[in-house]
Amino acid sequence: MWQWFFKLSSPKWFYTISGQLMPWLATLTTLLLGVGLVWGLAFTPPDYQMGENYRIAYIHVPSAAIAMGCYYMMACMAAAFLIWRIKMADMIAKACAPVGMTFTALALFTGSVWGIPTWGTWWIWDARLTSTLIMLFLFIGVMALRSAYDSEAAGAKATAVLTLVGVVNVPIITYSVKWWNTLHQGASSLSLSNTAANPPQIWVPAFFVGFGLLGFYLIAIILRTRNEILMRERRTEWVDEILSASKSKGQGLS
Amino acid sequence: MSIIKATLRRELLIAFRSPGDIINPLMFFVIAVSLFPLGVGADQAFLSEIAPGVVWVTALLAVMLSMDSLFRADYEDGSLEQLLLSPQPLYFIILAKVSSHWLVSGLPLVILAPVFASMLALPEGGMFPLVAGLLIGTPILTLLGAVGMALTVGLSRSGLLLSVLILPLYIPVLVFGTGIVNSALNSIDISGLLALLGAMLVLALCLAPLAIIAALRISVSL
Repeated sequence: MWQWFFKLSSPKWFYTISGQLMPWLATLTTLLLGVGLVWGLAFTPPDYQMGENYRIAYIHVPSAAIAMGCYYMMACMAAAFLIWRIKMADMIAKACAPVGMTFTALALFTGSVWGIPTWGTWWIWDARLTSTLIMLFLFIGVMALRSAYDSEAAGAKATAVLTLVGVVNVPIITYSVKWWNTLHQGASSLSLSNTAANPPQIWVPAFFVGFGLLGFYLIAIILRTRNEILMRERRTEWVDEILSASKSKGQGLS
Repeated sequence: MSIIKATLRRELLIAFRSPGDIINPLMFFVIAVSLFPLGVGADQAFLSEIAPGVVWVTALLAVMLSMDSLFRADYEDGSLEQLLLSPQPLYFIILAKVSSHWLVSGLPLVILAPVFASMLALPEGGMFPLVAGLLIGTPILTLLGAVGMALTVGLSRSGLLLSVLILPLYIPVLVFGTGIVNSALNSIDISGLLALLGAMLVLALCLAPLAIIAALRISVSL
């Protein structure tokens, strides 16, 4: 197990393995997303209350879940980087921030679009909406801090510290906002996670889309990390070999 | 123990020799609070409704803006480096440093707050909860702000960056701080909320100095 762990922390090994894994992951993601989206958006029955617009939830729910998971993944990578000085962990953490921010923004955007016909408003200060918005701010802060540092190494460490301070705060923020919300306007009875009310023909395509988006998320992280590896290891021999090989073939990197 | 005393003494002495650093955040607080009635209208009923939020938000911003004087001078003249190299327990030095900063920037806000809260027509029942909340809450704000300041002290353009990093982390304190006042005004027992805010202070006292030390080490090695 430990051997696997140390292997994973070698950029070269990560680059090779992720390159071999990528076609499989891409095929699987395309299949899942294709089947799930066509099934979910075109062939499921409309909801008796929300009509057609509940279909937005097929994108909205997975992207919100992935965004939250992304922050925790970034925090794990930050901890691994600070504790064991694994450079690989920092490269993945760096890839997490923009991807997580995009998924958070996607969740907020789809939520607003869904809110207009359902709630009659773009935005309410509901506990979930508010804590998702705060998470967007946290992602932005992490990215802003990294870009403010000229030195790559110092920026990586500072970002890792900030990410860990943030992750201690995430549960506190979530609960404080929940509490604030119940004090001001009462808990929202609209819950998308209420699976008991939904028949299988609705949640099975949701599974397809959910895992498809998860695959897409992993692909985005892996591609960004591979890019980062090439940038940082550009002076090593193995990167040179890959670059000259792809140049002579006249193709993209494989 | 003696190192705590020595650090406190040094920091307070420095602070009182440049009174501008103490007075400017207070003036910011005073002016920013006075802007609200001018902006939203002088209707007493409406002002009393928004008073807890206005006082808390401006106090929070004042604490954040005062952070710049915490490590900046020490970083520029190199004494921060000596501090990190010293054989004394760094945790207590940092704690003393942050405490002295709170004494000159946070505590005056707590003392001034009732004056401005009454100018905003906050009912009398909300006064004690406001001051108690600020008394427990502002040290948390100072500790969290010190983490952000330690991360950005080595950067030349750190002013706005600090607010982007730190303001999201301030949200729980703001929520509970204003919640305490609103609960008291609705005659709900506030001891539980004060205890929660106290728990957050204890957590910040334990963990924030560690993060500050880690961040300062990064900033100094730039």
